[in-house]
Amino acid sequence: MLRLPDFQYHAPRTVEEAVALKVKHGANAAFVAGGTDLLPNMKRRIRKCGHLVDVSHIDELRSAGAFEGGLRLGAAVSLEEAASNEAVRTVCPAYAEAALLVATPTIRRMGTVGGNLCLDTRCLFYNQSYEWRKGIDFCMKADGTICRVAESSPKCIAVSSSDTAPVALAAGATIELCGPGGKRAVSADSFYLGDGIDYMAKKEDELLTALVIPDQTGAQSAYVKVRARGSIDFPVIGVAVWMRRRSSDAPVEDARVVLGAVFPDPREVPAAAEALIGRALDAESIRDAADAAFRAAKPVDNTDGALSWRKEMIRVSTKRALERLGSAR
Amino acid sequence: MSGNRVVGKPHRKVDATAKVTGRTLFAGDLSLPRMLHCKILRSHTAHGTIRSIDLTKALALPGVVAGLTGNDLPIPFGILPVSVDEHAVAIDKVRFTGDPVAAIAAETEEAALEAVRAIEVEIEPLAQIRSIEEGLAVEEPRIQDYGPRGNIHKLVNLEFGDVDEGFAEADLVREDIFFYGGNTHLAMEEHASVADWSPDGKLTLYSSTQTPHYVHRALSKVLEMPPARIRVIACPNGGGFGGKSDIFNHEIAVAYLARLTGRPVKIVLTREEVFYCHRGRHPVLMRVKTGVDRNGAIRAMAFDTLLDGGAYGSYGVASTFYTGALQTVTYDVKRYRFRGARLFTNKPPCGPKRGHGTPQPRFALEIQLDRIAEQLGLDPAEMRLNNLAPPNSVTANYLKIGTMGLGKCIEKVVEGSGWKEKFRMLPYGKGVGIACSSYLSGAGLPIYWNRMPHSGVSLKVDRGGGVAVFCGSTDIGQGSDSVLAYITAEVLGVDPMEIRVVTADTDLTPVDLGSYSSRVTLMTGNAALQAAEKAKDLLAKGAAKKLDVPAGELVFAAGRVFHAADPEKGISFAEAVGAAEALFGTIGTVGSYTPPATAGRFKGAGVGPSPAYSYSAAIAQVDVDMETGRVGVEKIWIGHDIGASINPTLVRGQVEGGVYMGLGEILMEDMAYREKRNVVHKTPGMLDYKSPTTLDMCDVETYLVEEPDPNGPFGAKEVGQGPLLPVPPAVANAVYDAVGVRIDEVPITPHKVMRALREKAATGEGRFGPKKFPSVDWGEPIAVAPPWEDGNGRPKEKKEDRG
Repeated sequence: MLRLPDFQYHAPRTVEEAVALKVKHGANAAFVAGGTDLLPNMKRRIRKCGHLVDVSHIDELRSAGAFEGGLRLGAAVSLEEAASNEAVRTVCPAYAEAALLVATPTIRRMGTVGGNLCLDTRCLFYNQSYEWRKGIDFCMKADGTICRVAESSPKCIAVSSSDTAPVALAAGATIELCGPGGKRAVSADSFYLGDGIDYMAKKEDELLTALVIPDQTGAQSAYVKVRARGSIDFPVIGVAVWMRRRSSDAPVEDARVVLGAVFPDPREVPAAAEALIGRALDAESIRDAADAAFRAAKPVDNTDGALSWRKEMIRVSTKRALERLGSAR
Repeated sequence: MSGNRVVGKPHRKVDATAKVTGRTLFAGDLSLPRMLHCKILRSHTAHGTIRSIDLTKALALPGVVAGLTGNDLPIPFGILPVSVDEHAVAIDKVRFTGDPVAAIAAETEEAALEAVRAIEVEIEPLAQIRSIEEGLAVEEPRIQDYGPRGNIHKLVNLEFGDVDEGFAEADLVREDIFFYGGNTHLAMEEHASVADWSPDGKLTLYSSTQTPHYVHRALSKVLEMPPARIRVIACPNGGGFGGKSDIFNHEIAVAYLARLTGRPVKIVLTREEVFYCHRGRHPVLMRVKTGVDRNGAIRAMAFDTLLDGGAYGSYGVASTFYTGALQTVTYDVKRYRFRGARLFTNKPPCGPKRGHGTPQPRFALEIQLDRIAEQLGLDPAEMRLNNLAPPNSVTANYLKIGTMGLGKCIEKVVEGSGWKEKFRMLPYGKGVGIACSSYLSGAGLPIYWNRMPHSGVSLKVDRGGGVAVFCGSTDIGQGSDSVLAYITAEVLGVDPMEIRVVTADTDLTPVDLGSYSSRVTLMTGNAALQAAEKAKDLLAKGAAKKLDVPAGELVFAAGRVFHAADPEKGISFAEAVGAAEALFGTIGTVGSYTPPATAGRFKGAGVGPSPAYSYSAAIAQVDVDMETGRVGVEKIWIGHDIGASINPTLVRGQVEGGVYMGLGEILMEDMAYREKRNVVHKTPGMLDYKSPTTLDMCDVETYLVEEPDPNGPFGAKEVGQGPLLPVPPAVANAVYDAVGVRIDEVPITPHKVMRALREKAATGEGRFGPKKFPSVDWGEPIAVAPPWEDGNGRPKEKKEDRG
């Protein structure tokens, strides 16, 4: 069977202790909470860590609730807890929806808010065993130098497959980090970098401590996920939509449309938002926004589903997400 | 059979408690003192010549005890005597990415893994053959050095009656091309084996295998050891579905390493390695030509199939014949031609998966019949009812049909589903489709030619009232151990849960050929019935003497033996055994089963005959999302002709399991390879290889048609494989009813539906599927006159010009 390599396990009780352990062991250490992303990657030898710093026992990372009109979700809160949290469901139902669509019930009990935001980018040429990857002479994300999806690509185009990250961007969330130099906060928008290898702005020794969603008064959001089966699968396409308007007849004042599972980052599509802003949410504006999202996307052959179908599903999913907002009021 | 107390009743499985409490010991659970762990180095190249293998560095690593390379085991093996083309590890060539190259035994699994990675191999790449088309076109290099020519493994050309004349007489002749993609078994348990070498020079192999008898024979041959010194124990299988029916490289490797080191050696494959073992569904390209009269009666049929076999023979010759064998068992086809070819390609070998070689032609034929019915303006259910193969008949290709309950199966599902109110009448997007099938209850001939029984049972009863049944059959979850207990209990009038069932151990149990071809209930059941009747006879004589009544008037029931007319007058079962022991000595009986003689006497006639055929009919109801192309299967109604249920609960479980597996095949499963990247398997894991989850499963309404077959024990026929067969075409036909597009290719993915819908919007007709069938030199046919043309089952004499 596929076995985990040996590693040393640490269970710090405070953020400072966790960061200190990470600094001490450097690149040979990784933070872990549920382990649902990291451990399979370690089994396949695409992540090599001699030390695992388990942050799931740190109390201050384990609380979730309303915060300044919005939400503050500790990084070690499980996805199941987040999805069923009353404040989350009221303030930002799209986040609860997205969390509930991650994987399976057992994985959601283990997987965490922070873990899903830090989810390693995925690619059918990368999430494979060492032996398999040797058969394709490796890829630039692990043990090789060339991108096997697009050999001329100068950078890795593994896909951001987080369900919750597109919602975080759409809702204008902030991500809190703590490193040896202290705490800082970055917008979700600038947290993701668009490179499959260096995919997030979190520095090596920084720990993601919380997701903060700002005041959502007057805002609506929705998340639509397309996946191969009724459960377990990563998104083939994820679309998060967010908007503000005074009433259901009033024009849209502000909007964001974010695509997941297409690029190495959850990608905002400004043209799709522009198609909505200043117009009533109706069949026409929805169609224009969906077309804009469709045009912005260039999926490559590194997840499941045929390419042309995945691209078409961006249009359909954007339309369906916006229609849900239309019917919500 | 209304008087039965056990048979036909929903009894628990004899191994249920152990299974649900986690006490069943699968091969992967076994651990022996001083045990070593084995890992196999597998090829990273799809096709190449091995220039050198150097184990020096690997063997020097800490914890490494021994290694194996190809030259250590030069004798080949293979499940079919006509395709003996495998070695424990490759000797001179690698034939697919994943082909075993060397093996290591070490103190820990981790050490073995490190050692495997330290093995130095030099492989000179050869041109890769990646598809059916390339297999036909590329003569050199050859993947294997046998077969009629180039990379053709097997070529079949059989003609039963003049099909061209049949087509000429027909009112409508259709020709269609279909493709059925490959998929795999995906049993929950990964293959595992433990080999143990004892100081007296005997070998024991514990393995997750469906065919311990064939593994036993192969070990003897490859290790050059007498069979009597080898014991193979098939552990309970965590699912088989045909994926554990071959002799596998790792089984031979651990046996060799155990002998070499004198220590037990264990291997548990990774899921990825299981994908490389494969032996799953052959991808098949098909061309079907059928001629019918204006009432839809079939006049002639010509079936051409091309199979993508992968790199080794496996069961492929049988698979090839099966793509053409059972069409005539379902429908009455008076003139029939079958041509088939299996190609070697640089992929993991295909083999037998539930339905072995028959779901593919079934898909093609049932969709074509749907089209014919539409063209003639006939109801497709009615048209099928008018084409049924007659019971108690011999088909054009010399298969002997006994009982035939397909008509009743069709009537049940038509009524249960409300077919007449739904077909072509549901709103756009929703639809229903029907399909039928037949399957064998055990192959009529063994894999290696012999006249011995296919199944043997020995029975021991003791004076304490204990009953033990010994049989070589292997429980792969289907309940074969329970069937032995039920049948024995029925005859001897004892509680099935009190019976000790000992199976699948070549030292302790009489030979049974294995859990394949849906043979176990019928064959072991008949053997058990015979053994139990013999024991009952002895016990009755003992009891008769003690009770002073005629033996023929005794009843065996509820753990007692008593007089039919006066139930009070009786003794316990244990006392009856004691009485018999006093008369005859220790009581032990045996039973065995050999299938009836087959009718065909032409080359290839050995594939297809069976003591009894099961039949299934299914109606699927689907809901197609026109924006995404997703096919949601809402419900399947399925009728299955089981002959008689030994345990109706287990029968229904098998039906539902077959429906589930069929849904996976039609909707999503796909053994896809990256042809330009060393032909690596695209998704060798359970996350990325898509198979339905619980949430993707539909409702199933099962109707059991029970018309006891004289060849089955208590009338029973098979259920393990047949019910899968009608599911894929029923769904495909339902998609057409729902949205008017034909998807002539498995699986029906949303992408294909969208493509066809777009084509329909543009041109008025929508289809997704293969358009071309390559030209093949099939050679001269073997012509056999059908029975009604005074045929005798032998090829026609070649008309020679003696002028």
